[in-house]
Amino acid sequence: MGSDVKLRSALGRARGLGSAREGVGHFYAQRATAIGMIPLSLWFVISVIGLTHADYATLLDWVGQPLNATLLSLTVLTAMYHAQLGVEVVIADYVHGETLKFTLLTASTMAAFLLGAAMVVSILKVAVGV
Amino acid sequence: MVEIALPANSRVQPGKTVPAPAGATRVKRFNIYRYDPDSGANPRLDTFEIDLDACGPMVLDALLKIKNEIDSTLTFRRSCREGICGSCAMNIGGANTLACLKPIADIEGDVAIYPLPHMPVVKDLVADLSVPYAQLASVRPWMQTQSPTPPDSERLQSPEERELLDGLWECILCFCCQTSCPSYWWNGDRYLGPAVLLQAARWIFDSRDEMTGERLDTLEDPFKLYRCHTIMNCTQTCPKGLNPARAIGAIKGKLIERRA
Repeated sequence: MGSDVKLRSALGRARGLGSAREGVGHFYAQRATAIGMIPLSLWFVISVIGLTHADYATLLDWVGQPLNATLLSLTVLTAMYHAQLGVEVVIADYVHGETLKFTLLTASTMAAFLLGAAMVVSILKVAVGV
Repeated sequence: MVEIALPANSRVQPGKTVPAPAGATRVKRFNIYRYDPDSGANPRLDTFEIDLDACGPMVLDALLKIKNEIDSTLTFRRSCREGICGSCAMNIGGANTLACLKPIADIEGDVAIYPLPHMPVVKDLVADLSVPYAQLASVRPWMQTQSPTPPDSERLQSPEERELLDGLWECILCFCCQTSCPSYWWNGDRYLGPAVLLQAARWIFDSRDEMTGERLDTLEDPFKLYRCHTIMNCTQTCPKGLNPARAIGAIKGKLIERRA
């Protein structure tokens, strides 16, 4: 590390630590979640428009329907997964210090899991009425 | 993090201006990046006024005229002057291209000439390409086989198989695309870049090559391959009209194909 890196041959540096043998899964998941978000977002936006003038009880009733609760959970989980994949890409692109990068990657994953869990629990709380 | 401004000792200062000879009617100004590491001074931008009536049509003609007749210290690479050697790749009018293929008439106003972007500068318009060359070597851009060489013939390829290489074999390795790619600017130490990935594709899609899987193995990496976000500066700038972005997309497609 440090100063001796400069004496390493250009080929040694280019080959580096070799291939991580992964990346295609990330690439595929990012696109699959993006495609999945198209119908889910449409459903969500149309539903919210339909509930524009609904009162609180109507809204609770709507969230409580099994189909709506299922699709709502699916929407927030897909969105969190997609967001986390996207944030990973941004961090890999722009953050170069290995410690900071590793910290941010871990923190963004934790934030996505936390937000996803919190939203699903909220939905279930309304749906199951605990 | 991303470098927004150049380091203080890399900022470009104003340089000298060499006016056109008296009586010149079609005068074009060439603003050229100059840097001499031995001088210890910052880079500067020199202006040369050229009489187009006494100069060939291409930007390389103007550079040669300046070097031959005005300032012999102007340093740049050139060889074939017909777009096949890739030596005179530089940033002309804000876009990477080959000086020998770029007509002066295509550029409105002054002609700004810089070395290939985001590379260490050896002198003036000569960029240090040792890292991209090493990255090219790292993908083993030659045919690799397991089966023995046929004793009395070439390794055969059908016209259809050969067609898959069109748009790949024509690359002259000028690295215009490589150095136009923002992803390569930010992560050039780990991302292989469009020129190298196009060369990798050239062998992945060669029907005679038998190491396709190993080639895909070495590319499947968040940095080596997947820093490409289809920005497509590579395709826009390629002086040979090739499409590195499509070649990279085809590699990603092969990686999907082998796991589906």
